[in-house]
Amino acid sequence: MSQLKDLILNYVKNEYLEADDDREIAYDTPLISSGIVDSFSMVSLKVFLENTYNISIPDAKATPEAFDSVNNIVELLKEFGVHE
Amino acid sequence: MSHIGNYEETYAKFTWRDAEREIGYEPGDPINIGAWCTDRICAQGKGRKTALVWEGHDGTRKQYTFDDMRLRTNTIAAFLRSHGIEPGERVCLFMDKIPELYFGFLGVLKTGAIVQPLFSAFGSESLLTRLADAGTSAIFTQKKHLAKVRAIVDQLPSLRLIIVVDDDGSKPLRERETAFDMDGSPQVEHFDVHPTTAESPSVLHYTSGTTGKPKGAQHVHYSLISQYITAKYVLDLHEDDIYWCTADPGWVTGTSYGIIGPWANGVTQCVTDAGFKADNWYGFIERMRVTVWYSAPTAIRGLMKEGLDVVRKYDLSSLRHLCSVGEPLNAEAVLWSKEAFGKMFHDTFWQTETGCIVISNYPGMPIKPGSMGKPFPGITAAVLDPSTYEPIAVKGEVGLIAIRPPWPSMFRTYWKNEETYKAKFRNGWYICGDRASIDEDGYFWFIGRDDDVINTAGHLVGPFEIESALLEHPAVAESAAVGKPDPVNMEVVKAFIALKPGYTPSKTLELEIMNFIRKKLSPLAMPQEVEFVPSLPRTRSGKIMRRLLRAREWGEEIGDTSTLEND
Repeated sequence: MSQLKDLILNYVKNEYLEADDDREIAYDTPLISSGIVDSFSMVSLKVFLENTYNISIPDAKATPEAFDSVNNIVELLKEFGVHE
Repeated sequence: MSHIGNYEETYAKFTWRDAEREIGYEPGDPINIGAWCTDRICAQGKGRKTALVWEGHDGTRKQYTFDDMRLRTNTIAAFLRSHGIEPGERVCLFMDKIPELYFGFLGVLKTGAIVQPLFSAFGSESLLTRLADAGTSAIFTQKKHLAKVRAIVDQLPSLRLIIVVDDDGSKPLRERETAFDMDGSPQVEHFDVHPTTAESPSVLHYTSGTTGKPKGAQHVHYSLISQYITAKYVLDLHEDDIYWCTADPGWVTGTSYGIIGPWANGVTQCVTDAGFKADNWYGFIERMRVTVWYSAPTAIRGLMKEGLDVVRKYDLSSLRHLCSVGEPLNAEAVLWSKEAFGKMFHDTFWQTETGCIVISNYPGMPIKPGSMGKPFPGITAAVLDPSTYEPIAVKGEVGLIAIRPPWPSMFRTYWKNEETYKAKFRNGWYICGDRASIDEDGYFWFIGRDDDVINTAGHLVGPFEIESALLEHPAVAESAAVGKPDPVNMEVVKAFIALKPGYTPSKTLELEIMNFIRKKLSPLAMPQEVEFVPSLPRTRSGKIMRRLLRAREWGEEIGDTSTLEND
C-alpha cells in the first residue's frame, strides 16, 4: 500500500475513466499507451500534481513516458522532492 | 518511380475524367465507396491480400485480408438492414481505433446509409450536439463509451439503435441497445449493396466554426475519385506498400486517407490503438515494416521532443515516403525528419470540406521546407484579395486560400445548414478560411486562420462551443476562448474567465474548469490555461473581442481598437 500512489491512482480512476469503464488499473498499468490518459488530458493531470504538491513540472519533464504509469509518475515526483 | 511522375507535366495534362477511367467509373454508373474498397478489390483477384493489420496497445494483433473485409462489411451491412436502417439514415461510429470502426465505416456505406464518424474522446455534450443535429438513427460504440451515450439518449428521440460491439454480457443492456460481435457473427457472403450513385450522400463529418454549433460537412460517394487518385499521387501508394495513417477516423484524415484512399488502391494498412509515445510508434513502424507514413505535425514535433537517441534504437529503414497533415509543418520539423529518418516529411493541405488533399508537396518535387507545396492536378487554387475576392497577382502578398469548384470530393452542403454552406463561396471560389501567400515558383506558404477557430494538433475547435460550455459552470460569468501558441500542438486553448460574485480565482478552480470542459466537450477543447480576469474586452455593441485577446497571446499587433468599449 502506498498513500502517494493510491492518491494518484484514485484521481486517474475518477477523472479519466468513464462511469461504465470497468478496467482495472494498477500502479504499473500503462496510462498513455493504453489511451486512458491522452496527451491533452495529461496537462490536467500535470496541473493536479502541481497543485497537490505545490511544485512546478517543466514541460520538458512532462513526457508521455514520465506519465505512462502511476509508478512512473511517482518516480518523476521524487525529482521534485515529493516522497512517500 | 513515383506515380505522379513529373508534377508540372501531370498537372498540365490531368483531368478528373482520367481518374474516373483509371478506377473504372463511368458517369451515371452506380458507385459505392463501401463496395469499391472491398468487393471491387476482391474482384481484381486480391481477396487473399492483407487489408488490415491491427495491433492493440497490449500487443494483441488481428489481421484481415480484403476478403475478410468484404465479408465483415457485408455482415455489418446486413445487420443494419435487418434492424431497419434505411438508405439516407445517419449511422454514427463512436469507437476507438478498433477494426469495427474501420469496417463499420464501409459496412454502413454499403447499405446506402450516411456514416457519421465521431471522435471517441468526445464528451457527452459534444456527442449530443452532433447526434441531435444529424438526427442520427443508430450508433456503434464500445462498453467503455456507453455511459456517454446513455447520458444523452433521452434527448435523442431519433436514435433507435445503440450497437455495442464488445458486449460480454456482464452487465444488462438497456432499451434500444443491442450487442453485435463482428468477428464472431456468421459472415454474410452476399449482400446486395445499395446502388448509390455519384451524388448519393456518403459521409457526414462535423467541423467547428467561429460561431454557432459544429457543422456537418456532407460528402457524396463520388468523393472516391479524388480520394483514390490523391492517395495514389500524393501518398505514392504502390502495390507492395505497408501504409500507416496515424489519424483517428473520427476526423476526416482518418476516413479519406485512413480508410477510403488506401483501400480503394488495394493497399495494406496497419493501425495501432496505442497512445502516443515515441517508443510505441517507432516500435510499430519496425514491427510492421511501414513504408508509407502519413502523420501530423503535432506528432512529429512530439517525436522531435523525444530526441534522436530513441530513433536510433529502432530499424526504421523500411520507410520510403513520409507525409504530414493537419496544420503547417514548420521547416525545422521537415529538416529534423531528414536527419532522423533520412527522408523529409511532405506537407499536405486540405480540410474536412475539401474531402481530399488540394495543395501538397509531391514525391520527386523539390521541397521548400515550411511550404504547403502546390495545387493537386485538377485543382485550381489561388490566394484572393479579402475585399474583392479576386486572385492576388503580386507574389508573396498574403490573401485568402481559395479553390475553384468543382472537384469530386468537395462537400455538397452543411447538414441542414445550406445558408452557411453558400456563405463559403465567393466570386466563384470556395474560401478555405486560411491565409497564405504564393511565391515566385508557385509554392503556397501558410500564414494562419482567417477567423477565430483554434487549430490544435491539427483539429479545429470552435471558441463558441467552448464558451457556451464554460457558461454552464457555476463559477463562470463570462468567458472567451482563444488559441495560444504551443511548441508541439501549434495552438492550444486558453480561456479568459470572469467569475461570478462569490467566486475567487484559485489553482483548484482552474483545474476544476479544465476538467469540466474536458469531460463535457473533449480533451482537445480543454483549456490548457485559464486566466481569470475582472471583465472581458468588448466592442461597443457588446461583442467579446477575441481578436484582441488572441493578438496578446501571440505577441501580435492588436490592430484597430476603435470599436473597443473601454479603450
